[in-house]
Amino acid sequence: MPERELTFAQAVREALAEEMRRDSHVCIFGEDVAEAGTPFKVLSGLVEEFGAGRVVDTPISEAGFTGVAVGAAMTGMRPVVDIMFGDFITLTMDQMVNQAAKVHYMSGGHWRVPMVMRTTLGATRRSAAQHSQSLHAWFSHVPGLKVVLPSTPYDAKGLLKTAIRDENPVVFFEDKMMYKLKGPVPEEDYTIPLGVADVKRAGDDITLVATSSMVQVALGAAILLEKEGISAEVVDPRTMWPLDEKTLIDSAKKTSRVIVLDEGYGRYGVTAELAAVIAEGAFYDLDSPVKRMGAMHVPIPFSPPLEDATVPTEQTVSEAARQLCNKT
Amino acid sequence: MTTAVSKPEIGRETVTDQEKWLRAHRQMVSIRLFEEQVNEVYTRALMPGLAHLYSGEEAVAVGICEALRVDDYITSTHRGHGHCLAKGASPDRMFAELLGKEAGYCRGKGGSMHIADPATGNLGANAIVGGSVGIATGAAFSAKALGTDRVAVCFFGEGALGQGSLYEVMNLAQLWKLPVIYVCENNQYNEYTHYAETTAGSILGRATAFGLEAASVDGQDVRAVNEIATRLVKRARAGAGPAFLQCDTYRYSGHHVGDINRDYYRSKQEEHLWKTDRDPIKVLSKWLLEQGYADTASLDQIHSGVRAIMESAVKFAIAAPYPSVDEVEKHVYA
Ligand SMILES: Cc1ncc(C[n+]2csc(CCOP(=O)(O)OP(=O)(O)O)c2C)c(N)n1
Repeated sequence: MPERELTFAQAVREALAEEMRRDSHVCIFGEDVAEAGTPFKVLSGLVEEFGAGRVVDTPISEAGFTGVAVGAAMTGMRPVVDIMFGDFITLTMDQMVNQAAKVHYMSGGHWRVPMVMRTTLGATRRSAAQHSQSLHAWFSHVPGLKVVLPSTPYDAKGLLKTAIRDENPVVFFEDKMMYKLKGPVPEEDYTIPLGVADVKRAGDDITLVATSSMVQVALGAAILLEKEGISAEVVDPRTMWPLDEKTLIDSAKKTSRVIVLDEGYGRYGVTAELAAVIAEGAFYDLDSPVKRMGAMHVPIPFSPPLEDATVPTEQTVSEAARQLCNKT
Repeated sequence: MTTAVSKPEIGRETVTDQEKWLRAHRQMVSIRLFEEQVNEVYTRALMPGLAHLYSGEEAVAVGICEALRVDDYITSTHRGHGHCLAKGASPDRMFAELLGKEAGYCRGKGGSMHIADPATGNLGANAIVGGSVGIATGAAFSAKALGTDRVAVCFFGEGALGQGSLYEVMNLAQLWKLPVIYVCENNQYNEYTHYAETTAGSILGRATAFGLEAASVDGQDVRAVNEIATRLVKRARAGAGPAFLQCDTYRYSGHHVGDINRDYYRSKQEEHLWKTDRDPIKVLSKWLLEQGYADTASLDQIHSGVRAIMESAVKFAIAAPYPSVDEVEKHVYA
């Protein structure tokens, strides 16, 4: 029997539905999450099954309902907050950074905040500068938060279920361009632990460490490189924190060349951190400096040819890999 | 462990009028003398960080918390010692926290501005002005969703009226009829600036615009505060929705202990007037004497009993050990 396939959006919805059936304390807060099922239709059908008391439409008050979720999580609920576009996390910053992330520590371990924030990242949807950013580095910088970046429907379901069961605030970034991507997703209940990287493709000559949207780009680049006799390994950390340093370092030691790819801004971003982890852990096994590729340091432009230039592509990644392998 | 005053068990709240107001008196005296010790300990350089004293505002915390059950929730502020004590915290663990000791409520990791205690429903003091408005509203959401009939009280200074998140959550609370009471402690000053310079329009109008039940009260009169709080709590518990209570009050000391020269923002004469004519402990004492509920000797006795408790709490905290350094990485994640 062929494996069942779901889209990324369906996998997210299935994870939520399963967890809401499993635990009556799981509830959803967000704008247009109920009847509308969000603008991306990721949540459609949930309010019909679980009711408006658990799939709760909120006013357009990101700080307000995120704060309410923090308090609800401290007092017995397990809220999943929906922030429509990742760009809007800026409005929730105090609630996430100064409240959710610190409550457990500041209270000496007395209070817990078991909540999830789901939001999006990713450009190339022609949505311009305020609806296209990938700001996951911001939350990855803050101790007390966990940050998850699934790159396949399979990972999305398994990681989201783990995130909902986690006792800490977890931020879950979904690539909005990936919602229609299809992939095998088992029907049964399975979870994927946070902090375990996944080797999406094995290879010997170069490691492409890629997150979220960049995993597909890296896999495409690997196919191009294969035709030229370069064998690329693609490693997906899957979670920014906790971070599976060992898998990244082991792969770097094996191939001796590394490119780190992430759709966040390149400067002071995720690529800098991952590259540093690899440089520190595998320095003596490397044959070239670790290369970083992220979004250009510009607001994401609207005009399609401009926008397309801001993010790494299969072509630019394979070109960079060729250079590192001295095969230009 | 010393406990300032034990709270009647849930469901066993049949106390006489005399017992009730003597208890409230004792609670207010506890806060006053706790803060006196903080001032002392701080000036002796034994306390790290900042100390924001609650002296002068006791009737607000006590009037409100005496209307609550032990399992009701509160959120507090940087000026939070009074709220925590009024909700049932014990002075020795409070002092231990203020000094960063392991025996403190947060194992020394929170300090004066972050006392939290699940046993008394204290969701935590917050050092972000307006920072806990979401948390209190969320606790009220849980109470409603889980059907626990608990109520949440959100204490904040009038400075938090400048924060937009307050208006977001009042809107939510009214839409969802949540059992939360927003208590605005108007002690007249946002740090070093009179609130009239920062607050346009009407304070209560901010709440009534969202349809909240809103009232203001003399925050120096614990009986008045308690009467109105009792009504608002009952109403919230019955499912009638959120409320907003403005309590007009005054902080006797500087914004924090080191704020000594205050002439540039308020006069000594103003401070003197509040301390003599409107002191919450004096106001209640006078009434207790008039009612024949107490005489001067019995009030003095309460005073010296509480003072002894506070002094021994300080001794306990000074003698208590600091957490070991390997504690630093504990409790980042649950
Ligand atoms: C978001 C934020 N901005 C500024 C401060 C610095 N700050 C601490 S207390 C305070 C004044 C608060 O005034 P109010 O809310 O009236 O409380 P009070 O100190 O009078 O009790 C300020 C500005 C802060 N802690 N948080």
